[in-house]
Amino acid sequence: MANKVLHVMYDDDQKLLDAARALVAQGIRVKDVFSPFPIHGLDPIIGVKRTRLAICSFLYACTGTVLAILGTWYFMVSDWNMNIGGKPNFTWIENAPSFIPVMFEFSVFCGAHGMALTYLLRNGTLPGMPADNPDPRTTDDKFVMEITTEDNHMSVEELEAKIRATDVFELSIKNY
Amino acid sequence: MIKESKIRKPLILGHKTYGDITKDIVDPIMGETPKQWKIAFTIACIVALYGVGCLFYIIGVGIGSWGLNKTVGWAWDITNFVWWVGIGHAGTLISAVLLLFRQRWRMAINRSAEAMTIFAVIMAAIFPIIHMGRVWQAYWTLPLPNQFGSLWPNFNSALLWDVFAISTYFSVSLVFWYIGLIPDFATIRDKMVKPGWKKFYSILSFGWSGRAKHWTRFEEVSLVLAGIATPLVFSVHSIVSMDFATSIIPGWHTTIFPPYFVAGAVFSGFAMVQTLLLIMRKVMKLEAYINLRHIEYMNIVIIVTGSIVGVAYLTELFVSWYSGVEYESYAFINRFSGPLAWSYWAMMTCNVISPQLFWIKKLRTNLQFTFFMSIIVNIGMWFERFVIIVTSIHRDYLPAAWGEFKATPMDIGLFIGTIGIFFVLFLLFARYFPVLALNELKTILKVSGESYKNDNNKH
Repeated sequence: MANKVLHVMYDDDQKLLDAARALVAQGIRVKDVFSPFPIHGLDPIIGVKRTRLAICSFLYACTGTVLAILGTWYFMVSDWNMNIGGKPNFTWIENAPSFIPVMFEFSVFCGAHGMALTYLLRNGTLPGMPADNPDPRTTDDKFVMEITTEDNHMSVEELEAKIRATDVFELSIKNY
Repeated sequence: MIKESKIRKPLILGHKTYGDITKDIVDPIMGETPKQWKIAFTIACIVALYGVGCLFYIIGVGIGSWGLNKTVGWAWDITNFVWWVGIGHAGTLISAVLLLFRQRWRMAINRSAEAMTIFAVIMAAIFPIIHMGRVWQAYWTLPLPNQFGSLWPNFNSALLWDVFAISTYFSVSLVFWYIGLIPDFATIRDKMVKPGWKKFYSILSFGWSGRAKHWTRFEEVSLVLAGIATPLVFSVHSIVSMDFATSIIPGWHTTIFPPYFVAGAVFSGFAMVQTLLLIMRKVMKLEAYINLRHIEYMNIVIIVTGSIVGVAYLTELFVSWYSGVEYESYAFINRFSGPLAWSYWAMMTCNVISPQLFWIKKLRTNLQFTFFMSIIVNIGMWFERFVIIVTSIHRDYLPAAWGEFKATPMDIGLFIGTIGIFFVLFLLFARYFPVLALNELKTILKVSGESYKNDNNKH
């Protein structure tokens, strides 16, 4: 049996949320949802796991701190002992207070940009990438649920009947 | 679903639907260029070109074309720098700090405030770079491997901290702004009919399709970026103030500077947001989204930060007397009674006295008055930096070294030019970019939209 994709469109986020809850309760797996804005409370219903981007950001920021410590030590202490106003840099720790601003800024720099890049790469949203939302209206005011026959051990007719029972705005079935 | 108190006035007026929000923002982008925009853009371009001309002249002949001298080594240049950086503070404050505090009213103003931030920081960066004298060697401020006997910048210097602070602030603000813009570019891409423009927005939107997982990540990234941008907002102007506070000049060498500068920056930033938004909401017909409630909240921020600035001025005066250091006392006596006393009193009137009028509800909800006040505050905050910089150094320790500062046409030309460049960038933004955060506004429509609120009240 060829895989069929059902794109179920709703005209309200609450309707989609109710429908998703009802369909998942009947054992239907919702593959994805396309919406013009984040729908709060949807993720646990359709089984989207919490993202670990915040952890990434923390690790990037820690890397930034370490690099800033290494950098200030190398530039100011190891490579060339700068003597400024009679205050030479013999050890890193004696001068650490005046390195704090740069350490802080560089940690934020790495944390923010590292996370932003990871976010774009993980999403696959990069300059020139093609968009794959099933309908142009999903970035405006419509909400689409993607359900495939492959994921669900049901016939298209059976799926359609269950979907029709919800407050559907439009339904399109495509072959893949 | 989140419900908002009935007493709170709605944030989105009228009977808007999700589709209406898209239409209100995207239609002006797709439509014909309005005549008003063309006129404003032409004027801004002329002023900007004049500024660019001055810029080339200054780089060509050197900064001797400014009115600086041996005593007054910093004047309009650094004044303009601090003024622009200060203006650049409101954007990230609105989008980061107010996001952490879950303030829904930020959603109508954050996009344009962030754009303003980015453009203002670009304008700010022009001044210290030219002030270095040899612009082509500006990269020497970065710790790059080199063959000058391996010479590194001085990490003990507040000026170098500033390089790191401003570049981090600029790049993080830019990323924060752009990540928020991606889904809105996708909305324009899907609405756009002209093929060339469709392609343009398609590239800008990075192929965003609004999948559930992507939105989860989007919200997480926004929250974390807000979390780390918040200390950044405070650090940037603290570090700018340390350029002064870590020196040994009476009038600069004070510990009050960091919080006082941050408050001043937020104060001037919000004033500039008011100036721009009051015009934008009228011209682009955004009254339903940026309404009196937003204006009033911003005016309240202006009273609070303006009062902090006022207290800081008085504290400075008191401490200069209380310290018993005669140089310190003289610096302040000279400020309010010396040859530049007019600038001190201009600053006091504009920044301390006039914002207090906003305690009166009638005035802070009056659009014309708010607009007038926002200009006054912008002028006052420019004078604040001028007073701090020039009056502190123009009378050196030895009377023989006393100097005066007179602005030359190049000082004035470059400053006016940066205002022109700023408006060129802002007008381009207003014409081709989504000026309101569409995706965020849609999330609050049911909570704070007028028609939905009334519906909820019926039940």
